Amino acid sequence: MAFTLYSLIQAVILCVNAVAVLHEERFLSKIGWGVDQSIGGFGDEPGIKVQLMNLVRSVRTVMRVPLIAVNSVCIVLLLLFG
Amino acid sequence: MNVCEIKHKLIGRGWGDVRMSFCLVCDDGTILLSGDKTHPEVMTESRVCLTREVKRPHYWHCLIRPGYLLLRVKVHLHSSFFCSKKNVGPSNALEDCHVCHLTTSHNITAINDACVCCAVLAVRIPHSTDQNVVSSSCVIDPKLRMRNTSKDRIDPSQLFDDTSAAPGVETAGFPGQGVGAMGYPGQTLLSDPMSNLAMAYGSSLASQGKDLVDKNLDRFLPISKLKYYFAVDTVYVGKKLGLLIFPYMHQNWEVSYQQDTPVAPRFDINAPDLYIPAMGFITYILVSGLALGTQNRFTPEILGMQASSALVWLIMEVLAVLLSLYLVTVNTDLTTIDLVAFSGYKYVGMIVGVVAGLLFGRTGYYLTLLWCCISIFIFMIRTLRLKLLSEAAAQGVLIHGARNQLRMYLTMSIAAAQPIFMYWLTYHLVG
Repeated sequence: MAFTLYSLIQAVILCVNAVAVLHEERFLSKIGWGVDQSIGGFGDEPGIKVQLMNLVRSVRTVMRVPLIAVNSVCIVLLLLFG
Repeated sequence: MNVCEIKHKLIGRGWGDVRMSFCLVCDDGTILLSGDKTHPEVMTESRVCLTREVKRPHYWHCLIRPGYLLLRVKVHLHSSFFCSKKNVGPSNALEDCHVCHLTTSHNITAINDACVCCAVLAVRIPHSTDQNVVSSSCVIDPKLRMRNTSKDRIDPSQLFDDTSAAPGVETAGFPGQGVGAMGYPGQTLLSDPMSNLAMAYGSSLASQGKDLVDKNLDRFLPISKLKYYFAVDTVYVGKKLGLLIFPYMHQNWEVSYQQDTPVAPRFDINAPDLYIPAMGFITYILVSGLALGTQNRFTPEILGMQASSALVWLIMEVLAVLLSLYLVTVNTDLTTIDLVAFSGYKYVGMIVGVVAGLLFGRTGYYLTLLWCCISIFIFMIRTLRLKLLSEAAAQGVLIHGARNQLRMYLTMSIAAAQPIFMYWLTYHLVG
């Protein structure tokens, strides 16, 4: 399978965009993945679901602004060079 | 000095029969070792003496410093003290840990403090439950300690061999001649004060720039940490390659430490390195070019494509492993570079498979690939078991509980991903 580094970058950008699009109130709370449902359980075993929810929340918080820049660059490059 | 070596075997929890003919006495008064009267010329086993206070099961605790294990002592029989020689190099004695009594095997590469006349060679093994231990330093004549402490010592904390001494001696002769030859035209160059100044300024600017680059580069690429992974030598590489192809005879898979930092790979075969993965990657690209050439499918662009494909798969695999380690909340000391190293070890098997396929056709390819897949599977399981699973589970004790099961599945899936990748990346090369 012919992968290039550029296709990896594209895949990563698409995945991060997908995670960033998940809205907290409108979607995640409805399916039980909201922030308020992850707090609690101060044992030493957070569990996979809690870890995933934390991961989603942190990716959304951290990548919100850089994604704007990266997406704009990507759009411009694709428009210019196809 | 005539010494005979005792292989110190910790006999577990039993006390045994102790007949004291001579003892090693520590400076706090506790008796550490004793000899058997019936065989004064040869000591086959040493047993721990019991002082009067120590009549309880974990007597090891009282005699040895926290985390230290009594390992190898040599005895001089005609005097009343123990003579020992510094023990340099790995020793794979299987012994009971003195605190938790689980059998672990240790690679000794660090030397605490040993004198020629008498010493107990004690090595720090990191252990989480060190408690209730009285210190023992075990030196009979402290004045003799400082003698001959560094005669034949290889310092395990030194990553690379220091070869600066020899060339320095040789080149001392040359600058003299060089200056002499250059002296005549050089006089006109160096006598000009302006060019002098310019040279000095230029060299100071260059060194400043070099410092700046070093400082900033170290922020992005941890260069000093990378150096650790390339501190290998030929013996290590040979042994490690043999281990990757045939991991079945190797007994001791633990990485040895020296005061909480891992020992460089050249001193410990179990430590991961980046030399073999890097060289394996490049060799894989070259071999795949060769294989495609024999099928008349070779173009120069294919080399680049193969390289980026393999690199992308490597990155994805490392990212997947990192993600799953995060999700399962494993507290491990595996760094990202360690994971890259472990993922890179499969290139060795892939190369062997492809070369066998070139030489012997498809059947040769399938047979060798099967062998290498099983070997890398066993290798990964045995290596990752000690890093990912909890200590008790790593010994083979079956511990129930969702978390340990998850960890077990994680280890198995990481190990199982290796053969899959090996097949995926090579099947199109063998026609």
